[in-house]
Amino acid sequence: MIPEIFQYEFMQKAFAAGLLSGMSCSLVGVLVVTMRISTVGICISHAGFAGALFGLLVDLNYLATAFVFSLVAAGVVGPLADRAEFAPETSVGILFSAMLGLAFLFIGLMPGSRTSALDLFWGSILTVTRGDLLLLAIIAAILLILLLMFFKEVQAVLCHRSVALAVGIPAGAVFYGMLILLGATVTASLKSVGGLLIYSLIINPAAAAYQVTYCLRKLFFFSALFGVLVCWGGLFISYVLDIPSGAAIVLLSTLLVAALTLYSPKKRGAMTGWTGTDQRD
Amino acid sequence: MQTRDQFEREEYGGMAVFLNSVTAAYGRHVAMENVTLSVHRGDFLGIIGPNGAGKTTLLTVVNGLATVISGSAQILGERLSRRNVNGLRKKIGYVPQIQEIDPLLPINVRDSVLVGCYGRLGFFRRVPKVFLEKTETILELVGLSRLGNRPLGHLSGGEKQRVAIARSLLQEPEILLLDEPCASLDWRAQKEILLLIQNIHNRLRLTTLMVTHDLNSLPEVCTRMAFMKEGRLIWEGVLAQALSESRLSELYDTGITIASHEGKPVLLY
Repeated sequence: MIPEIFQYEFMQKAFAAGLLSGMSCSLVGVLVVTMRISTVGICISHAGFAGALFGLLVDLNYLATAFVFSLVAAGVVGPLADRAEFAPETSVGILFSAMLGLAFLFIGLMPGSRTSALDLFWGSILTVTRGDLLLLAIIAAILLILLLMFFKEVQAVLCHRSVALAVGIPAGAVFYGMLILLGATVTASLKSVGGLLIYSLIINPAAAAYQVTYCLRKLFFFSALFGVLVCWGGLFISYVLDIPSGAAIVLLSTLLVAALTLYSPKKRGAMTGWTGTDQRD
Repeated sequence: MQTRDQFEREEYGGMAVFLNSVTAAYGRHVAMENVTLSVHRGDFLGIIGPNGAGKTTLLTVVNGLATVISGSAQILGERLSRRNVNGLRKKIGYVPQIQEIDPLLPINVRDSVLVGCYGRLGFFRRVPKVFLEKTETILELVGLSRLGNRPLGHLSGGEKQRVAIARSLLQEPEILLLDEPCASLDWRAQKEILLLIQNIHNRLRLTTLMVTHDLNSLPEVCTRMAFMKEGRLIWEGVLAQALSESRLSELYDTGITIASHEGKPVLLY
């Protein structure tokens, strides 16, 4: 059955999209999960979704409008998350629902069959084009290069941002750079994963990997691995059971995060004290 | 003709910190008002006062984390501005109050200490071997050499403070800012941290500003004191003059008695 799947060109492209989207989304997921800015991430990804629908409505390039919307959202919610004395959940939550409201408004105003719009809602990984794959590959490459180039700054800001700022790292620039990367990743993956499902692909693999390791490098690696595996696993399940691929991917990633949270070796260590080795690797 | 910057550099070059009528705020809340203060290089200044006195704000004015809304700050001979704040921060070690850390946070003690040199290194540079070796030396100095691989979130309060001190030492700072380094620590940990601070200040000839609300938790090396209350600097001078029952009672709005134990003043309240 496995070779049979790959006989079809659309399945080959779908697996390639799963590889690139799964990796990119789960890598930016590490940034969101480690900094505990899930609400900010939700808001930016749904802003990208609303922006794409706006692009379709006014007949502009939907990728460009998605990116612009996600940047504007980052510019608005970033400072809210910045203010340590102020819990951003409420205002970011309001913005998130406003973005979803805008998305529904734009789709409601669209004339005709709205097929493209619905594709952006649920995602259509089985219909990705070479152009979609190229964009995904470019974004994935940029993401990997930037993470490698700025790893030490990213680590400092992810794990203790105020400390990073105090030692002279331009922590604000690094933080907003990460939000822009999130917006770009969402934009590139909208077509394949869909606006409603993309956030689970950002959060779930990273949340699952967070339960496995204390090492940030390994966290990025496991998150990317889980992201790709749930995409491929979901595609395979959807092919075998003839169910929607997006739903299969999301549910599989949810199962993974639930299983690893239940059996987290880190949580056992946190409750019973450090059980690892204190000697240098 | 001298520019204002040149004049200030010459006038205040010998000072590590000179605040001139500085008012600082968080949003709309003015946390520190009209503070004028000078700290010479090599001084150890203890800053005391009740909760909400603006002590932490004073420290964050020095490393440019607070928003100065009026007045000027001269740090290490340079007028603090948005342009040079990142550069100055690289020369200022900051040990904030103990913060809750996620036990699952993906960083260990060694990597957290290494963050101290990232600002000085700048972008695109790998950590050179000399800093890796120095990190091991500093971990030894602060008594954490066995815990280098331990996740940061698994440390006790005292150990977290040692990590913060180690990180600021790796920075090779000229000024060290300590914000309640002994708060919420048990007595033994307090004593050990105070000895460590004293040792570091003397060995590295730092300028140190230490905030506390407990005068008993100031190390012997402390030479000068600043009293803060309701956002204002109400008194500043040498330690011997600071030890006045009436002055301290007024500062804390409660009766304070100064006793002596083995030649050391102890505050009773």
